[in-house]
Amino acid sequence: MNSSSDLHVRYVAQLARLKLSEEEACRYQEQLEQIVRYIEQIRKLDVRGIEPTAHVVERVNPMRADDPAPSLSPDDATANAPLRAEHLFMVPKVVE
Amino acid sequence: MNYEAVIGLEVHVQLRTRTKMFCACANTFGAPPNTQTCPVCLGLPGALPSPNFEALRLTALTGLMLGGAIAPRCKFDRKNYFYPDVSKNYQISQYDLPICVGGELVLPRENYPKDAQKTVEESRRIRLVRIHLEEDVAKSFHFEAATGVDFNRAGAPLMEIVTQPDLRSPEEAFAFLSTLRLVLLYGGVSDADMEKGQLRCDCNVSVRPVDQEELGAKVEIKNMNSISGVRRALAHEIERQMDVARNGGRIAQETRRWDEAAGATFGMRSKEMAHDYRYFPEPDLLPVVVDSWIDEVRRAVPELPVARKERLMRRLGVGESNAEVLVADRELADWFEKAAATTKNANGVANFVVNDLLRELGAAGKPLVESPIAPEALGALVDLADAGRISSSQAKEVFAEMFRSGRAADEIVVERGMEQVSDTDAIGKLCDEVLAVNAAMVAQIREGNVKAVGNLVGQVMKRSQGKANPAMVNAALKEKLGI
Amino acid sequence: MKLHEFTASRAVAAIRRCEVSSEDLVRALLARMEAVEPQISAMLHVDAEAALAEARARDAAPPSGPLHGIPIALKDNLSVRGQPCTCASRILRGYRAPYDATVVEKLRRAGAVLLGRANMDEFAMGSSTETSSVRATRNPWDPARAPGGSSGGAAAAVAAREAFAALGSDTGGSIRQPAAFCGCVGLKPTYGRVSRYGLVAFASSLDQIGPLTRDVRDAALLFNAIAGHDPHDSTSLSDAPADLSSALGRGVRGLKLGLPREYFLKGIERDVEESVRRAARELEKLGAEIVEVSLPHTEYAVATYYVLATAEASANLARFDGVRYGHRAEKPSDLLEMYGRTRAEGFGAEVKRRIILGTYVLSRGYHDAYYLHAQKARTLIRGDFQQAFARCDAILTPTTPTPAFKLGEKMQDPLQMYLADIFTIAVNLAGACAISLPCGFVVRETTLPVGLQIIGPWMREETIFRIADAYEQATAWREEAPPL
Repeated sequence: MNSSSDLHVRYVAQLARLKLSEEEACRYQEQLEQIVRYIEQIRKLDVRGIEPTAHVVERVNPMRADDPAPSLSPDDATANAPLRAEHLFMVPKVVE
Repeated sequence: MNYEAVIGLEVHVQLRTRTKMFCACANTFGAPPNTQTCPVCLGLPGALPSPNFEALRLTALTGLMLGGAIAPRCKFDRKNYFYPDVSKNYQISQYDLPICVGGELVLPRENYPKDAQKTVEESRRIRLVRIHLEEDVAKSFHFEAATGVDFNRAGAPLMEIVTQPDLRSPEEAFAFLSTLRLVLLYGGVSDADMEKGQLRCDCNVSVRPVDQEELGAKVEIKNMNSISGVRRALAHEIERQMDVARNGGRIAQETRRWDEAAGATFGMRSKEMAHDYRYFPEPDLLPVVVDSWIDEVRRAVPELPVARKERLMRRLGVGESNAEVLVADRELADWFEKAAATTKNANGVANFVVNDLLRELGAAGKPLVESPIAPEALGALVDLADAGRISSSQAKEVFAEMFRSGRAADEIVVERGMEQVSDTDAIGKLCDEVLAVNAAMVAQIREGNVKAVGNLVGQVMKRSQGKANPAMVNAALKEKLGI
Repeated sequence: MKLHEFTASRAVAAIRRCEVSSEDLVRALLARMEAVEPQISAMLHVDAEAALAEARARDAAPPSGPLHGIPIALKDNLSVRGQPCTCASRILRGYRAPYDATVVEKLRRAGAVLLGRANMDEFAMGSSTETSSVRATRNPWDPARAPGGSSGGAAAAVAAREAFAALGSDTGGSIRQPAAFCGCVGLKPTYGRVSRYGLVAFASSLDQIGPLTRDVRDAALLFNAIAGHDPHDSTSLSDAPADLSSALGRGVRGLKLGLPREYFLKGIERDVEESVRRAARELEKLGAEIVEVSLPHTEYAVATYYVLATAEASANLARFDGVRYGHRAEKPSDLLEMYGRTRAEGFGAEVKRRIILGTYVLSRGYHDAYYLHAQKARTLIRGDFQQAFARCDAILTPTTPTPAFKLGEKMQDPLQMYLADIFTIAVNLAGACAISLPCGFVVRETTLPVGLQIIGPWMREETIFRIADAYEQATAWREEAPPL
């Protein structure tokens, strides 16, 4: 059984692409351990044989017909870009 | 020690839909950057996905064509990872409940590379793990100091087909992809053009001693953009791994990139420090239940190339090489069958289609749909020849004219006065004339030089201006000569 | 009565009778904002000229719908073409949405005028509007106290008479809790009733948009305008919502109302409990039957919620990466650094905490223990409501265990803040509908409103409106205005 001490805020923050300062990491570690301890109470709940609920809506198959609709103009599409060039969203070079 | 390669493929297929997977932007190739985007495929705050039924239908159709089991209920999941080409930094995919499980593909000999077909012994069956549906990512352009991202392709419906590690050679991988491509084209599922990225393939390859059960360390190869490229990349990679193994080295489990120009694979710098995709059910999409629509898809499953080839040969008497050429293109085979239905001589039609029609279309740079000759018109031409009304060389001539002008065969035959003379009296008269002026040859023939009859036939044909029925001429001469 | 004191329904009637113009209404509300905003800080962006122009256009046009000319405030997580939509976060500073949310389209179709954007907890993560990156909103009843959250700006604006009505969003109580704290009416519709298209997602399987208004009839007016199927939201219900006009004024005779025993145990302040019990007696007098019901898994609701909501949020907030919109860190050395710093600079502490928690509960090795387990717990919590609704038509509870708490009181203790939503969270997990309306006042240093929560079964908004309306008509709480 895993316990809250397994929560490594630094590692998880890295997965979530959040750069934390030393001070933040310590503070969150403490706060989140407390929260995780609280959350662990759900483990007391016997859920054997219980189906998980992902949706409360009981509908299935909401689907769309394959009919095109107008797109945004490339100006509108890229208007909010922090950095753009010729309608491309520019980011630091991606190394493969 | 002898080593063998173990290969599994993950094939990504862009589906032929008019719109993207989760939004109504056009799903077309080659538009200027970010002209086919909207709040949904750009991952703008507040936008929600709305699934395209046609994409689900085509994926289910593929599953059925490949003999997989369609899940009665499937769902979408979020696959979380940060990358600039993933607009939401999660990709909507299918994790534990894909639309299709299992299936297989049989590899016919003719789909192996030409130079390898001789050594193919048995028809191999490649088992499939699963087929699922997901959204494509954006296209990145790498510049000197930066990368530019174009989201036109982002959110295009992408079908992933995963095989069991059943393939044993680069040639089998080649045959698998060629066969799969044909199936996809048959179903109208995808245009499957590798150069346009509509068919992409990652290969998982490892080597092991031939008597070993356990698999070796798996290397994933990416970035191959043709079926022959896959073959070359695998050949190179297998050789590399076998070298390492034979020299007692350890093969690292890694992702490598195929460099076509260098003809080699290179290790890639890892994208993610750790892969932890944190899959969970996509809360914005409800489950898909197939029972209300799957029967309709079942009815739409076409006869596949292997079965069709068999039928063309067995039922219609088409020769094997003709059948191979015909089934390689569903449209062409359909066209052929339409033509063959109007005549008894299906292989005669097949000969015209495979030899003459394809050549003329190629020379004219026309696609099949623009053929000036309708299938029924070709059938009529074959019937004329079969009935002995024109000779086979005349039939070729008529075909050329039909292709040029689009006119009907009988019209051309009449106009050109080509109709064969099949009147026994007329032919008898012509024969008598020829025999009368060839006394010496007649004597030789009577002495046993039977071959010389051909010469006499030729002379009769000439006198008839090519219109006499050669078989009848032959028969008449022999009768008159008493041989 | 001054124009800004109108309810939305009264304003509709006044416009219909040509007693006022839409422009008059907008001007009155803008003037009211000028007067009280320095104390309340309910609004984030108000484009006065744009609102006036819209109003004048409505005035010039023939009546277009049930909200013709009525100014409505919007929580800042709803997308409006050409407007900012910051979710009170630094990471969306400068972003202008290129499209309208479905509810915005529907409001426009109903004739409404968009008044301005209300403050909120950053990305709706909070229960006090203090996590807003811009400023905290204050409770009109006591500026030292929180208006609740996350739709605190919307609730405070309605309570302070800066807006007749507003749209908020409710993931775990974010409409009902601030409505209770500010003494207004707040509706969390059945999940799927109102399209979420254009609502910046916090937790997609829990979020719903709903109205905050001065009274129950206004809530019905707005709900009618925004509810209904939307093909852009796959989770939206295909059933047409019932016509509420027949529910209003029908009384409660014959209805069975359940009091869940688990909601009247520890943590609830005595006078708050007393107000709710009094409300139940009032409804009994009006002809309803009161029965005790049980929601046995209530104690697990907050924990379940914080697993599921943060898990979904961790993915929903991944898109804020500085690539396509919003804040981007200056001069990043590479892509990883751009992501890390952009998000570190752009998100506030509470959002970061929840992203980390949500990432953790989904991560390899913990997914089944937390996320999957919580999904199963959700099934049990939902089952509680299904069983309870087999015994009663609706459930009565306090909306919150306490009246409005002081600003700063819970900011240092995230868990205590989470527990402030203890009575509202289970409704979102179950997907049911609920309304909060004033049911009395309690005295702390000042007089503070108390909220009554009426929870109804799936798609039975008309039932809770019927009860809320009957109660409201029989009492005079809505006459009270904050001392501004």
